[in-house]
Amino acid sequence: MTTKLFGEPVRRREDARLITGQGRYLDDIGSSAYAAAFVRSPYAHARIVDIDVTAAVDVEGLLAVYTYEDLVGPMAEPLPVLIPHPQLTAPRTGYPLAKDVVKHVGEAVVMVVATDRYVAEDAVDRIAVTYEELPVVVGVDAAREAGSCVHDDVPDNVAARHHQETGDVEPALAASPHTLSFTQYFERSAAMPMEGKGVHARWDADDSSLRVYTSTQASTSVRAAIAAKLQLSLERVEVIAPDVGGGFGVKIVHPWPEELLVPMAARLLGHEVKWSEDRREHFTSSAHERQQRQEVTVGYDDDGRITALDVHIWHDNGAYTPYGIIVPIVTATQLVGPYVIPVYRVQVESVFTNTVIVTPYRGAGRPQGCFAMERAMDRIAQERGLDRAEVRMRNLIQADQFPYDHHLTFQDGRPVIYDSGDYVGLMGKLKALVHWDSVEERRAEARARGRHLGIGMAMYVEGTGPGPYEGGHVQVLGSGKVLVSTGLTSQGQGHETVFAQLVASELGVPMEDVEVTTGDTRRFGYAVGTFASRAAVMSGNAVALAARGVKEKALRIAAEVLEVDPGDLEIDEGLVQVKGTPGASIPLRTVAVLSNPLRYAFDEAAKQATQFAGPGDDSKPPVAVGDAPGLEHTDYYSPVRSTFASGAHAAVVEIDPLTWEIEVVDYAVVHDCGNVVNPMIVEGQVHGGVAQGVGGALYERMAYDRDGQLQNASFMDFLMPYASEVPDVVIDHQETPSPLNPLGLKGAGEAGVIPGSAAIASAIEDAVGRRIAAMPISPTELYDLVRSDADQVTNVGPKTTGVLA
Amino acid sequence: MRSRAMSTVQTERAISVTVNGVPREATVPVRWLLSDALRNEFGLTGTHVGCEHGVCGSCTVLVDGEPTRSCLVLAVQVDGRQVTTVEGLSRPDHQGGQVLHPIQEAFRECHALQCGFCTPGFLTTIAAGLDARDASVEITEEEVDELVGGNLCRCTGYANIKKACRYAAAAMRESAIVATKAQDGGAR
Ligand code: FES
Ligand code: FES
Repeated sequence: MTTKLFGEPVRRREDARLITGQGRYLDDIGSSAYAAAFVRSPYAHARIVDIDVTAAVDVEGLLAVYTYEDLVGPMAEPLPVLIPHPQLTAPRTGYPLAKDVVKHVGEAVVMVVATDRYVAEDAVDRIAVTYEELPVVVGVDAAREAGSCVHDDVPDNVAARHHQETGDVEPALAASPHTLSFTQYFERSAAMPMEGKGVHARWDADDSSLRVYTSTQASTSVRAAIAAKLQLSLERVEVIAPDVGGGFGVKIVHPWPEELLVPMAARLLGHEVKWSEDRREHFTSSAHERQQRQEVTVGYDDDGRITALDVHIWHDNGAYTPYGIIVPIVTATQLVGPYVIPVYRVQVESVFTNTVIVTPYRGAGRPQGCFAMERAMDRIAQERGLDRAEVRMRNLIQADQFPYDHHLTFQDGRPVIYDSGDYVGLMGKLKALVHWDSVEERRAEARARGRHLGIGMAMYVEGTGPGPYEGGHVQVLGSGKVLVSTGLTSQGQGHETVFAQLVASELGVPMEDVEVTTGDTRRFGYAVGTFASRAAVMSGNAVALAARGVKEKALRIAAEVLEVDPGDLEIDEGLVQVKGTPGASIPLRTVAVLSNPLRYAFDEAAKQATQFAGPGDDSKPPVAVGDAPGLEHTDYYSPVRSTFASGAHAAVVEIDPLTWEIEVVDYAVVHDCGNVVNPMIVEGQVHGGVAQGVGGALYERMAYDRDGQLQNASFMDFLMPYASEVPDVVIDHQETPSPLNPLGLKGAGEAGVIPGSAAIASAIEDAVGRRIAAMPISPTELYDLVRSDADQVTNVGPKTTGVLA
Repeated sequence: MRSRAMSTVQTERAISVTVNGVPREATVPVRWLLSDALRNEFGLTGTHVGCEHGVCGSCTVLVDGEPTRSCLVLAVQVDGRQVTTVEGLSRPDHQGGQVLHPIQEAFRECHALQCGFCTPGFLTTIAAGLDARDASVEITEEEVDELVGGNLCRCTGYANIKKACRYAAAAMRESAIVATKAQDGGAR
């Protein structure tokens, strides 16, 4: 019997190359390429008065200098708004190179190409740009006040007003036995993959075609964007995502200006051109996420059951809106989490600021939504004198309520209907895992050591695997090798392994025979991309369906040869055999050769196959109508709507009352992503997500000053967790299969990060007995909080809305 | 890369350096970082550059056996020295093939990498640390923290990297014990 693969912690096939330095990341490609470098705006908002390149001209090795004036046709038009929305009433995007005005520090103004990057930067240093400074808007509060505006024609700085309601919230609140209101802030962080972005382009003049490698999460869409912007026919452009050193959302945005400019230069110069983003560029010219101001009013009864919820969110979208309003819509719709909310209204104002654009970073608006909902739960518990776990239990959607319709519209335009789940089960497992009920003993023990201990929890539901589709192609070669391809890309998730597991178990072949390619438009042209925890759900189901198609064809061909019914056949270890009849079999690779009526005997496989080939029926064509030569199949998976994964996290913190240092001493995760293909990989995703959650709660913030200068644009100053900051994580699993897809999967990529700030804020509050109204929180802010007289210290908020005091 | 000089004339210098056991000669611009020389001059792209300001550790190589951030060293500074990159961590086996360093095996076994971009820096650092300690002694958690504590990884949350350290140390301990026994046996 074929070894069981689905559900097993199969070791990753990617690793052999990556642990020996044989990976091929963007900057490893094209050692003889020319190098591009950019002059970027030093001002957050300014008019470009003059660009003087004369001093750069005599730099030896300089090949070309491009400004907006050099862009022609569609390149001279604004970058696309990828995801328009009727409520995005003032969509704005920049140009590949700035035209007249810059709107954030780091915006590209001039591109230089030279023989190598050192020389390119010599030239960059010698280009003098004269600017006339304009008033700057930083932080949601400044954007709301609209003392000045980011875009002249948007005087209130509001790009979009998004609004959803499931009933009449005002009367529902008025009729509620109790209400409470609070305002809180969530700060900017960023995906910050260890590899920055990068693009390599090669123009083939003889073929009039372009090959582009880019460190992207969406190669098929980059291809379409390049073709449109450079006015090339789609089949003249191929785009490949090589090994990608992490993405976490930032590389889903496309086309980045550099993804258009580098190919443009390669074509104009007739030579390979490459650009590798450096870390400072990544900080100031890619994307950030997370800043919001939230005003929450919640109504509830004596038992702590929610009767109505009214939320108003101001969301900082940065200087432009290339990715539409996906992030605030996700916040608005995922905020309700695993709870029954009888009446819900959410209003979002998405506002412009003179800062780097805001696009999805792992979690994509969910950490903020979770923060709002879970802080409300904690406050209700405190007001009613109830245990925080108990209040949550009373509000949970019950297992018999699925499918559960929240009557909201999700980011993909589809209804928010939870497919399946067991939230009560999650809570039970979490309480056991973290010893919730015995926290007082731990608190006393910590107190004896002179430390404040607190515990907190947070729950979430995550819409995963949104459509519209992904596809898969599976082909068996005469050598027995099985080629699998899917269009979406990989940034370290182990897709090569997981998709090989799925195809090997569907098809009944050894996993070693399966080869997987992702993110290469030469192999698969239709794809959406890797984001929203969708790869396993979408491409996993697509490659499984494609493998089923191949299997069906293989059994049909083998049945003819063996003169049996296809239903009596099975495939095991690459051998098609009659069930229960040893000896009556044919290798799958031979079936692959037989599937093509043209078989020149180039190799042994073809020679052997001839012995199986019958004389053929002279009255029929060799390839039947509707059939095709070859043992291959392409299929697509397109879901009606998203699946909904869920989970519950708990954090235990200890605080040193001298330094107010906050240490997360325990972190517990209960996680439900439906059926699990590879538990080792899923746990890895959880570990990584939790580390980013802890970073977002305690360390990471983009510190802009009032002039829009990012004060901490380096790894020295922007504090990402090292091993010493990440707690040990204990994990328990629950598997509630999704009824929506053949494999019963739900996504797992983002979950780990979502409840981090909510759970840790809850734990800190429990430890010090004060309300937290802004995350992340530093030891200094905590010290200020506990020394303040106010019982609810919301005033820590404004200090951390992206403006350094 | 930051440009280090305003001069448009790149001063170059010849260096000889032993890279992964092989003596190499090269003429490189004096302002080139070691990371750039390894990647562009010697074609060893396993050394990755994550920050170029000495913080992330992705670019770590061994210079005369010592973990060194190759983005903080100029190529000309390693003239006459021995450099080991991730490509040089494996050792020849008895059959003319290559065996991975125990920490490389451990990374795969323990799922200590996801995107793999930070991995070469962790591997060189930890390999040097493990090679320098008495393999017959069980590794402590403090030692593990020390080995992984200086490098950034954005994917794994470090749990499995720590696990890999323990796994590799245990494997090396086993080999050390076997070797000692064999030696004792031989002496008898
Ligand atoms: S690249 Fe050298 S330490 Fe980050
Ligand atoms: S594995 Fe991706 S940064 Fe460490």
